[in-house]
Amino acid sequence: MSYQLPEDFYYTKDHEWAQVDENIVTVGITEFAQEQLGEIVYVELPEEGAKVNQGESFGVVESVKAASDLYSPVSGTVIEVNSSLVEDPSALNDDPMNDGWLIRIEMDTEKELANLLRVADYKKLISEKK
Amino acid sequence: MAEASSHLNLKKTVLCEVHQQLGARMVEFAGWYMPVQYEGLKEEHLNTRTNVSLFDVTHMGEFRVRGPKSLETLQWITTNDVSKLQAGQAQYTLFPNEQGGIVDDLIVYCIEPGQDYLLCVNAANTEKDFAYVLANNRGAEIINESEQWGQIAVQGPKAIELLSRVISSEIAAMGAFTHRSFAFADTQVVVARTGYTGEDGGEIFVPVSHTVKLWSELLERGQDLGVKPAGLGARDTLRTEMKYCLYGHEIDETTNPYEAGLGWVVKPAKKDFIGKAAMLAVRDAGLKRKLVGFVLEERGIPRQGYNLLSFDNKEIGRVTSGTQSPSLNIPIGIGYVDVAHSELGSEIYVDIRGRGAKARVVATPFVKTATAN
Repeated sequence: MSYQLPEDFYYTKDHEWAQVDENIVTVGITEFAQEQLGEIVYVELPEEGAKVNQGESFGVVESVKAASDLYSPVSGTVIEVNSSLVEDPSALNDDPMNDGWLIRIEMDTEKELANLLRVADYKKLISEKK
Repeated sequence: MAEASSHLNLKKTVLCEVHQQLGARMVEFAGWYMPVQYEGLKEEHLNTRTNVSLFDVTHMGEFRVRGPKSLETLQWITTNDVSKLQAGQAQYTLFPNEQGGIVDDLIVYCIEPGQDYLLCVNAANTEKDFAYVLANNRGAEIINESEQWGQIAVQGPKAIELLSRVISSEIAAMGAFTHRSFAFADTQVVVARTGYTGEDGGEIFVPVSHTVKLWSELLERGQDLGVKPAGLGARDTLRTEMKYCLYGHEIDETTNPYEAGLGWVVKPAKKDFIGKAAMLAVRDAGLKRKLVGFVLEERGIPRQGYNLLSFDNKEIGRVTSGTQSPSLNIPIGIGYVDVAHSELGSEIYVDIRGRGAKARVVATPFVKTATAN
């Protein structure tokens, strides 16, 4: 099974991805995650301006099987939310790496990126789960 | 249902390898290693409503109750009236406990009135139920036959056609809740025109020696009918759409059948049974709560254990089951609510992790199917 896993993204052990552009981080869930979840019916996202912390929950994604927390890859302030997903979460299943982006964060410090996985480690993680 | 990473201690049905060959995702259920899905939950669910699906239900328990004291014993330990069953008839019933709660729900099949009956019980309760039957026996011969029977449920609008092809054309003439023995290969199988999906079809009791053969033939010879295997995931969404009770959700040792809407399988006028007075007392005092079906008017999934609230934020009940209905594409749920909020059209709220999601009590079953069940 080949997943879309860009080399320059960061990944978390909870299957979020983070795309870093200077100090702005775009966050989403990976293809592996949406596959495990099944059909996603609801997503709860924070408000713009909300403070998030690395490793803490910033929202919830709900599928038929279960409701799962979404964990922030970095600490910072939420500057943009993909609110169209609340009305129609299908992009999370159809295009989780792109159109299904969840939030954008203004990162407090790039030192925290050292705590995240790079693509090789993430590939290893998911291969162990299959 | 937990993913079974170590399935060494789990019981396996004779079809286990077949499921894995078919690419099933296997999980632990009631101590068994079972297929939760093959192609996908929604596909398997919809295929059951449109064509025909095969379910491995070998994990269910089967008990034989025999001898001149069999009827007296069954009348004492069940709520429905066993005496009205003739040979070849079956009935849905409950094992009651002394507090008027429910030990299990089951089907009783009459093989010979007053002499010979087969009971089919939930997999999760097989051991508990066997101990219950033995403890309350009134002189019948009780045999746990669970290990000798495989069981395959064949469900869907094309199920009877498939069964007619593979087992006997006489199946088409069988009425609902009847059962008959037929030759299959060099053995005998029992076909019961029963099911847990709301669709037409049957549940086939087949000796474990021939279960794989029967499954394979049904799968091969039903290709043009659209036959597909279906797992426990689809089984659950199908029964939820019908508002059928699942033990451990809608019913358990603490729930009263009248509150669960199962008063129709309780026949106090016909016989005495364990816990009868306690069971009737709840009915006679006037029901305080009722099991209802509801649909969400907002996004979210109602899950077992979530609170149900009134519009002014008072706790009025709890969710027992819920899912996104594959047939209707909306969230549906089943739960107990205070009688004041149980009327059709009542506005209730589901507490989904602190958010009150608006819902409406509706008539059930949620989906109209060919059967009246």
